[in-house]
Amino acid sequence: MKHDIVIIGGGPAGLAAAAAAREAGARDILILEREKELGGILNQCIHNGFGLHTFHEELTGPEYAARFIAQIQELQIPYLLSTTVIDLSSPASGGVKVTAVSRENGLVEVEAKAAVLAMGCRERPRGALNIPGTRPAGVFSAGTAQRLVNLEGYLPGREVVILGSGDIGLIMARRMTLEGAKVKCVAEIQPYSGGLKRNIVQCLNDYGIPLKLSHTVVDIQGKERVEGVTIAEVDEHLKPIPGTEEQFSCDTLLLSVGLIPENELSKEIGVELSPVTSGPKVNESLETNVPGVFACGNVLHVHDLVDYVSEEAAQAGRNAALYAAGRNEDQGEEIPVETGGAVRYTVPCRICAQRVEGSQVVRFRVSKNMRNASVCVYADGREILRRKRPVMAPGEMEQVLLKQKDLLGVKQLLVCTEE
Amino acid sequence: MPVVELTCISCPLGCPLKVETDSSGKVLKVTGNTCKRGEEYGKKEVTNPTRTVTSTVRLLGGTAPVVSVRTQTDIPKEKIFQCMEEIRKAAAEAPVRIGDVILENVAGTGVSVVATANAERIAEE
Repeated sequence: MKHDIVIIGGGPAGLAAAAAAREAGARDILILEREKELGGILNQCIHNGFGLHTFHEELTGPEYAARFIAQIQELQIPYLLSTTVIDLSSPASGGVKVTAVSRENGLVEVEAKAAVLAMGCRERPRGALNIPGTRPAGVFSAGTAQRLVNLEGYLPGREVVILGSGDIGLIMARRMTLEGAKVKCVAEIQPYSGGLKRNIVQCLNDYGIPLKLSHTVVDIQGKERVEGVTIAEVDEHLKPIPGTEEQFSCDTLLLSVGLIPENELSKEIGVELSPVTSGPKVNESLETNVPGVFACGNVLHVHDLVDYVSEEAAQAGRNAALYAAGRNEDQGEEIPVETGGAVRYTVPCRICAQRVEGSQVVRFRVSKNMRNASVCVYADGREILRRKRPVMAPGEMEQVLLKQKDLLGVKQLLVCTEE
Repeated sequence: MPVVELTCISCPLGCPLKVETDSSGKVLKVTGNTCKRGEEYGKKEVTNPTRTVTSTVRLLGGTAPVVSVRTQTDIPKEKIFQCMEEIRKAAAEAPVRIGDVILENVAGTGVSVVATANAERIAEE
């Protein structure tokens, strides 16, 4: 038997996609989640600040997740927990075939007319950084430390240095300080922080934790356990400057050096990925190049705010429901969305104007800090949108809303910044 | 006159604020802000800074070792560590529901610490 839609991942993206798909008329939906609870990464994000856009109040991660989980239960959408998807393929009969394993059910095979990829992202590990030094215990990714403290009740160290000023690293600087650890500094190789301003102020400044911009870790000491790290300033090419080394004794090094969409499964079924985002290339319906396979949330591109994940995932869920109901395929051609100026990528990266309903959100990131620049959109060389932005930063996702009437009949579309 | 330097967090602009006070701590002037919200933020940060504290408490008889909690509303910033000390000593008996009061009047603030996650009781043998 074929389900209408199978959703890979029961985090914020998967939950919002499932609820929206049901509300758009899909009857038979199944969510597959590898953890023993729904909610995904939100369960370990116990700090507040979630949901300001969606619920107009500041919730913690578990509270935000609970609202969506309650919706899934009200809508009676079935889900399998502790179930890890190991393969996606396209059967000859059409649709998507999902192979999963679980301790309870063994090998599980399900087929669906449409699939929503909502697997989230994972952290860049030490191996991706080429930090010299020994290989002692005590080097954790910030997210692993967050899980140990917030879900498993362990404090992974007492004297901490953090490399990278991503939001999880900043949040963990505060969290470990509150639990009695001494956070000595946060080193960031770039001349600016990758985290939200609010987190710099409330997680570092509040506790007097120094943020060392243009600094990186050049050595890790310790045989069994981390005993210290050496930090040095870097030049404009991000190369350490000899003579600037500073020694910090510590038992723990946390890494908060970036997130990468987790697309091993997407590759299995032939989904084309963007070299910029490491996420699938999708059209206006958030559909990949594989018909009936949609993507949303951090597996598509890494977000800063869960509210936008929920919004994006709802769109993917609705479109998956339309596809499963046999939407009219042939509605005109897709045109690529080109980027210019400091725009690094756009989601979607191609648009079929006929399928846009009223208006289309285009999300993107810029490659550098900018003040008083404009975001401009040109259709066949004609300006269809210009918005002044007092400030833009690589760490904060941007978006523009395009009207369908400006897109119809257009052959070339360009989203760019102008300074 | 004492001057406090802050970064405004009301929006992504992050204006660098200077808040000037008199010797009694009364705010005389906020400069560096580009909007009204910046002025309000500067005044509040200098006269009455508050924060929501989030943490975990031990869970007794539960399927997980800890359950997450928050102060129901903001508390004065200088009470954060006293609040954490009380949170560290506290424990909750499973099952726990979101919103359950775990600690009352934490650090003498009049604010309760409440659960932010549901936690189930471990099945009895």
